[in-house]
Amino acid sequence: MNSVNDRSRDIGPFVPAPDDDMLICRCEEITKGEIRQAVHDGMWTMTEIRRYLRAGMGLCQGQTCSRLVKGIVARELGVSPAEIEPATSRVPMRPIEMRIFANEAKEDE
Amino acid sequence: MAERIAEHPILGVQEKGNLVKFTFDGMEIEGYEGEPIAAALKAADVMVHRYTQKEHKPRGIFCAIGRCTDCVMIVDGVPNVRTCITPLKAGMVVKTQYGVSEKPFEEQ
Amino acid sequence: MKRHDLIIVGAGPSGLSAAVEAAKRGLDVVVFDENEKPGGQLFKQIHKFFGSKEHRAKIRGFVIGQQLLDEADKVGVKVVLNATVIGLYQDKEVVVKIGEEIKHYKADAVVIATGAAENMVTFPGWTLPGVIGAGAAQTMMNLHGVLPGKKVLMLGSGNVGLVVSFQLLQCGCEVVALVDAAPRVGGYGVHAAKVARTGVPFYLSHTIVKAEGDECVSGVTIAEVDDKFQFIPGTEKHFEVDTICLAVGLSPMSQLLKMAGAKMEDNPKRGGQVPICDEYGRTSIPGVFVAGDVSGIEEASSAMIEGRMAGVVAAEYLGYIETEAMDTELVDLEKALDGLRQGMFAPKNRGKAIEKTEEGIDISANLLKKGYVADDEIERYPGVTHKKGVHPVIECTQNIPCNPCQDACPKKCISIGSNITSLPIVVEDSDCINCGMCVASCSGQAIFLVDEDCGDGTATVTLPYEFLPLPEAGTKGIALGRSGQEVCKAEVVSVKTAKAFDKTHLLTMRVPKEYAMTARFFKAEK
Repeated sequence: MNSVNDRSRDIGPFVPAPDDDMLICRCEEITKGEIRQAVHDGMWTMTEIRRYLRAGMGLCQGQTCSRLVKGIVARELGVSPAEIEPATSRVPMRPIEMRIFANEAKEDE
Repeated sequence: MAERIAEHPILGVQEKGNLVKFTFDGMEIEGYEGEPIAAALKAADVMVHRYTQKEHKPRGIFCAIGRCTDCVMIVDGVPNVRTCITPLKAGMVVKTQYGVSEKPFEEQ
Repeated sequence: MKRHDLIIVGAGPSGLSAAVEAAKRGLDVVVFDENEKPGGQLFKQIHKFFGSKEHRAKIRGFVIGQQLLDEADKVGVKVVLNATVIGLYQDKEVVVKIGEEIKHYKADAVVIATGAAENMVTFPGWTLPGVIGAGAAQTMMNLHGVLPGKKVLMLGSGNVGLVVSFQLLQCGCEVVALVDAAPRVGGYGVHAAKVARTGVPFYLSHTIVKAEGDECVSGVTIAEVDDKFQFIPGTEKHFEVDTICLAVGLSPMSQLLKMAGAKMEDNPKRGGQVPICDEYGRTSIPGVFVAGDVSGIEEASSAMIEGRMAGVVAAEYLGYIETEAMDTELVDLEKALDGLRQGMFAPKNRGKAIEKTEEGIDISANLLKKGYVADDEIERYPGVTHKKGVHPVIECTQNIPCNPCQDACPKKCISIGSNITSLPIVVEDSDCINCGMCVASCSGQAIFLVDEDCGDGTATVTLPYEFLPLPEAGTKGIALGRSGQEVCKAEVVSVKTAKAFDKTHLLTMRVPKEYAMTARFFKAEK
């Protein structure tokens, strides 16, 4: 088990920082402090952070912030960002209106 | 502040096509048909495209290629339209987006 | 569900190249691209490319883009635009949004050539309108003909930051500063030098403290950082700007591969999350190939070769060519790619602080810290020589894979030799005829023609000039040095324009002869 998955590991208490109000996820308006706090609440993976805070779940689907969020989570856990598993990739890869997503083209084209 | 490049040292004079009229928050503006709405707005010095839902902060062009979705506005009544990749058409009604509404926050 | 031999995602340099090679060998190829126009980032690249002839060196990026499109068209590649691939499944089912519909395609082979996305950095005010990506600046000015701003601060001294800064200057913006938190300029020295000599100050080991403004950017404060990237109090500098441009690296857009179940790795040397693949782009899924930035951040020139490799490999995978035929083709492509991956900025040297050139000459410390080679450093490079009459002065001081200058001279005055990264030398006893082909051919704008002593106490310096308006003969102005500082008065002798120069004008200015080796840019009097 690597240190990212070892949930019994003590990562210390949440210590407020002067840049906690820095906006990270531009779409859902999630701050660095919220992300750091979420890690201390037990959200150690990108998928958990996304579901817990909605960071990376807005219109751009994390195009801009996922690298930043990953960096913050890694730092809080004391690991390299390369060790953090990226969030799940799934259809649709780009923002798309539901009415289009559900509009399958006819087979004969 | 912003302006169009009349002649570029490498690219020369760009053929832009028809100049058309559209409105931004009721104000009549001219732009070239088919260019992104955001380019026409930028050339007309419009910087703020929307105000965010939670913090009511201004946003404008950021990536200009349809990725970041920061430049979304209300276009012909439809919210969340990425203006940087949506071609301009004559008579378009473009409005500042407040959250996801065209109404300023105090009226929502 | 429609079937194709090969589906390519992304019509940029690598995707189109893959398409061309596959279609040439008889595959039925379709390329999907989410953009309105094909070519990826090539059409935003207005500088002359580096490399050698086979890499289309000294041709401007957007021209290469057009050539590639024409080539694709000729071999029957179908490019579908405004077509967003929203899903890729393991059995090579490709889900595409076209118009207001969702379409499903089945491919026998897939090439993912989705490129990269820009990285961003945060600072107070980074969400203000007026803070934009470097790509956004390029898109606005080079595709849409709109100025991104009037007064711009650039963050990032990699090739993107340097090239975009120069492009901003070319369309008439003022670049107030080029800033990077790193202690050394990240991009090519020649790109830095052509920006620095116009007077743009470089602030290495500096970064943005905050962007100021209520509704949009009105100013920016930067400060020096220590070796742990912490601000050093008291070093703040303020600039009035309307635009802050961020050029802080790229990340591969590899999500489709992860979705399809390809084995991935986080590889900082390749820029982030990338598929595990062999040198020809074969991923862990048979029949799924990658090319270009999606498998590791590099240049458009290498992306085009990787694309060709993927196209050839896909053709072999589907049985359109024999394995031996593929191997023969790959040898040549590998050689071409290897040629680009040489020198100080090669992928294998990323992160290394290289102190000496391959020739054993010290790399200019000023170039790395301030963006220009200092006057007392320039003489040590082999392209800088002295003789009577007009002669080339080649201020090429780092080993990069590039050699158009050697072929440009009809009199064979310039030699690089067989090693493409060697610093060019001026051939002894060669006879310069002042034609200027070398000046115009140098993608780094690092060659000058100098007559150090015209006999009347003056010297002439011919420099590459890509700005408007073009000064006329007789225009009086100021000569700027390599650092962008004013060195002396100057007068334009001539401005030569020729089709062979490809929009690089040759500006010859007259300066007092003691400034022959220091005057390197011309600024007209206002």
